[in-house]
This record gives sequence, C-alpha cells and structure tokens, in this order.
Amino acid sequence: MSKTANKKVVCQKLIEFAEKDSDIVALTSDSRGSASMTEFGNQLPDQLVEVGIAEQNIVGMAAGLAAGGKKPFITSYAAFVTMRAIEQVKVDVAYSNVNVKIIGISGGVSYGPLGMSHHTLHDIAVMRAIPNIKMVMPADRYDTEKLMEELVDYQGPVYVRVGRNPVEDVHKSADYEFKIGKADQLRDGSDLTIIATGELVSTALKAANLLKKDDLSCRVINMHTLKPLDEKAIIKAAEDTGKIVTVEEHSIYGGLGSAVSQVVAENHPVPVKVFGIPDEPAVTGYPEDIFNEYGLTPANIAEKAKRMFN
Amino acid sequence: MNKLVFLEEKATQIRRDLLKMIVNAGTGHTAGSLSNTDIMTVLFYEVMDMKVDDPDWEDRDRFILSKGHSVESYYTILADKGYFDKEELNTFCQYKSRLIGHPNNKVPGVEMNTGALGHGLAIATGIAKAAKMSKKDYKVYTLMGDGEQAEGSVWEAAMAASHFKLDNLVGIVDRNNLQITDNTERVMTLEPLAEKWKSFGWEVIEVDGHNYQELIDAFSESKKNNGKPTLVLANTIKGKGVSFMENKVEWHHGLPSAEELAQALEELSSQKEVKQNV
Ligand SMILES: Cc1ncc(C[n+]2csc(CCOP(=O)(O)OP(=O)(O)O)c2C)c(N)n1
Ligand SMILES: [Mg+2]
Repeated sequence: MSKTANKKVVCQKLIEFAEKDSDIVALTSDSRGSASMTEFGNQLPDQLVEVGIAEQNIVGMAAGLAAGGKKPFITSYAAFVTMRAIEQVKVDVAYSNVNVKIIGISGGVSYGPLGMSHHTLHDIAVMRAIPNIKMVMPADRYDTEKLMEELVDYQGPVYVRVGRNPVEDVHKSADYEFKIGKADQLRDGSDLTIIATGELVSTALKAANLLKKDDLSCRVINMHTLKPLDEKAIIKAAEDTGKIVTVEEHSIYGGLGSAVSQVVAENHPVPVKVFGIPDEPAVTGYPEDIFNEYGLTPANIAEKAKRMFN
Repeated sequence: MNKLVFLEEKATQIRRDLLKMIVNAGTGHTAGSLSNTDIMTVLFYEVMDMKVDDPDWEDRDRFILSKGHSVESYYTILADKGYFDKEELNTFCQYKSRLIGHPNNKVPGVEMNTGALGHGLAIATGIAKAAKMSKKDYKVYTLMGDGEQAEGSVWEAAMAASHFKLDNLVGIVDRNNLQITDNTERVMTLEPLAEKWKSFGWEVIEVDGHNYQELIDAFSESKKNNGKPTLVLANTIKGKGVSFMENKVEWHHGLPSAEELAQALEELSSQKEVKQNV
C-alpha cells in the first residue's frame, strides 16, 4: 500500500491552482516547512503571504484578503490556528462569511511527543459549534486531492484538518465520488457500521477485516465531512445494521462520536460505541503509541465491537 | 574556581548533555537550545535563588520558558542541578515520559507548562503581580524567542507589565535572528526591537548573550527597583558552540547523525580547553 502525507497533496494542488489563478493566496505563519509549502513559496513567491508566528493575525488577514477579493488558503499548525485564533475564525471568517480556507496541518496527535500544547484533539468540537464554517478531514491522498479540487471552486469558510505523517490509502484508485457533506461508504455490511473520520479510516477498515473473520459483516463509512454531517447516511446505517461504532483522532467529547450519537438518538436509537481520546491530557509518545494506549487499533476496535453482540 | 570559568564549563557540559539527549531521543529542537544555553546557565547557576531540595519554596525566584521548544536546555540543567536523576534524560520524548518535548510542570523545577509561543510573558506578568500583591521579594524571569515576538500576546503582556510597574519582572529575548523558516527580518520585521520595548515602558539592556559577565551585569542591573520591568535583549547565535549548526536555519529541529554528534562533542570539549589555556 502506498503512503503519502495529505499535507503534501495540499501543497501540490495549491501550486497547480495558484499557477492558473493569481487571486489564490497561500498564508503561512512560520509554518512553511512544516506544511510542506516550501515549494509553493519557491515557485510562487508573490502569492505567498508569510505573517510570522502570529496565528490570530494570519486568520484576521486572510479574512481581510478575502474581503479584498483574494482567495486565501491558510496553511498553519492545526493546534494553534483552531485555538489561538478561534475568535478570528468565529467572527472574522465565519460570522462575516468570507471565502477563507483554513488548512490545519499536523493535527490530532501528529506531534505526539510534544505534549498537549501541540495536540489537536478539540477541533471538531470547536468548529462544529461555529455556524457557517464547514469542516473536512480527508482520509487519504485521493480524498485530499478531490477535496482540494472542490474547495478551489467553493465560496465560503472551510476548515480542513490533515496530519503530519504519511497515511495509507483507503481507496484503491481515484475512481469514486467525493463530495463535501456526503458520506463515503467504503464497504457495505449488515451487522454493524463503523463510521470513522480522517487518518483513522484505515484503522476502521482493518477492524472490519478482523470482524469479517468472525463472520460479522461491517459497513465502513469514511465520514470525511464533520460539518455538514451526512445525517441520512448515519440514520440509514442505524436502520440497516442496528449497531454503530465510531473512530476518530479527537476527544470523545464533541467529536464524531458525539455527533453520530446525537443523530442516532434523535432519529433511530441503536447502540453506539465511541472510540477516541478520553478526557485527559493525552499521553505523549509517537502517534502509534498513543493509538495503542487508547485502543485506537484494529484489534481493540474489533474486540469491543464483538462485545456489542453479547 | 573563577565564576566565569565555572559558568563556561557548566554551559559546555549542558550543551554536550543536551545534544546527547536529543540524539538518544531521535528528536528535538537543537539549535534554539544551544542558542540560549549561556543565558539559562547564568540564570540557574548564578542569578536565581532556588532550593533544589524544596522546589516549591515560596520565596524562590520563578522562571518561565516561554520558548518552550528549547526544553532540552531546561531539562538538562534541572537534572544537573539535582531536581531529578540525570538517567531520566534518556526518556526524553519517549512514550509516557514526563520529559515531554515542551516544559511539563510535573517535572520538579518546572513552574508552568508552555509550548505554544507567546504565552510566557503574560504568565510571568501574572506571577510578578502576585508577588507585588503579597509583598514578596522574589523575581520572575521569562525567556522568549525572537520569532516569538510576532505573537500579539507578547505585547499585550508587555503593556500590562509596565502599567503595573512590575520591576520584579525580567523578560529575556534570545535574539538569534532565526526562526523556523528563515531570518526573522525576512519573515516578519522585528527591528527596531529595543525601541519597541522601550516605547512599551521597559528598561532595555542589550547584551552579548554568550558573554557571562555581561549577562550577570544585566541581571544585577535589573534588580534596581525603578518601577519598570526589564528586558534583556540578548544577542545570540542559533546553534552556538557547534560550527556546522551555527546560524543555520535547518538546525532548528535538525537531528544530528552519530558522526555529527561526535564532531559536535569534540568541538565543545576542545573549545573549553582553548579557553582554559588562555
Ligand atoms: C503559538 C505557536 N505557534 C507556532 C509554534 C511552532 N514553533 C515552534 S518553535 C517556532 C519558531 C520559534 O522561533 P524563535 O522564537 O525565534 O525561537 P528560536 O528557536 O530561534 O530561539 C515555531 C514557529 C509554536 N510552538 N507555538
Ligand atoms: Mg530565534
């Protein structure tokens, strides 16, 4: 299986779009290298705005650039751009409803050993509570590429979270439909649905493979868009399979699990089991260590999912 | 032993230890720690009043590492001073180690958790205000990066500290002219930096951040109670002490290979000998 970091795809696509459209502006906050945006800066220096280590300013300025007719794409650390600058996101970008794209890089526990200041396990909760802004977490390079292609023509605020490290493909090719706000069903099944988002979708697929060995048929949904959430797909999963498991690199509070539970509880109550990071400063270590610690592994997810049938 | 020779030897040892720790961990912010090692050595071995066997002693001087990514120099110094066992440095950045890649106040000697830039000065301002309110004599020191000066929160705190006449507060800027991407002036112009701080009501003392005597003098000067906070603008070299790292932006979080480590350690020990023979 091929492995590519989603942030690299973001940069490639941005160069491609910006070469054709001089109104596209990339903004960085001493995040150029970390965001893999060095190449953009080299090729299109006049379309890159570097603001220094100033996340509030990067978001405020992007709102202003959009108001001035530009098409700004922020590429900055997910941890800081979704917390330090959250008021600018809420008021300047979302409330004024301007055309700003925010790409949060190295999200989740990508910076595992660097501690809670550098973990981003809150962004789904925060962004979902702000009106007007959409949120997407692509699962692999195909998702990222298709997402970028949709974003370049889309008018309005969108926040995207990608990780730092190369991720496995969850799609075999680019031959599938990707649409912001529409769930991507990777596999059909009748006993259980696993709904996952972002770079843990591949873990969900592996869990489904393990469950298959126990003759449990799993539907697997890649819920790349956290907002607007594809409620229909969730309700249908509850109706068709009767059990739901959610998997995310986020706090168990306010993330995908919470969102799915709300939809299920209001529309078609069935058991839901949520896998995410518990309410504590996440342990530090490399992402794999952290996923192991909190049972975000195919084996543990499959094991706990099986118990839902007892 | 002569004080300056002692500090020089100490700083060299800290540099060696932190490089070994980074290589052992396989990760770290290398050049920024080397940049501020001399400043931290002067603070921890000469200037600040603290009790290793009583880290929570209420009259201790306080230190906040606002440039939290330079935690390597901090942990190495705390271990050397005896706040925890030096062996523990081998766990830096490893699974569940309390020696996280940014300051962790579960580690004895660390006051506050930092890592997000632009926070230290506001925290230090709060501690200094608390000292004034409870009529305590301790001093509060915070070390910032120069790239970090672009964060607006630095200037909100700068304004407050002078408004509250916090002459028990010392801010230090590690002025190494580099951040992650490039030279600071190409990323976001900081100059005239001294004038900015002065205009915010601070007493500004500019020093060579690798000159122990100048640093000691600046910190003594900061102790005069003139109703103003002090900013020590310390001109430094990022990667100081290792020829191939000095002033090289790529060493911000560059990881030395085994050969590079060997060369760095050798350079650091020979520099010490040269100085001692003078
Ligand atoms: C709020 C915030 N934004 C971004 C970062 C990522 N970051 C870590 S170190 C660094 C550069 C720091 O440069 P400088 O302040 O000059 O410190 P130096 O290492 O040069 O001493 C950046 C951008 C961070 N830690 N916190
Ligand atoms: Mg610097």
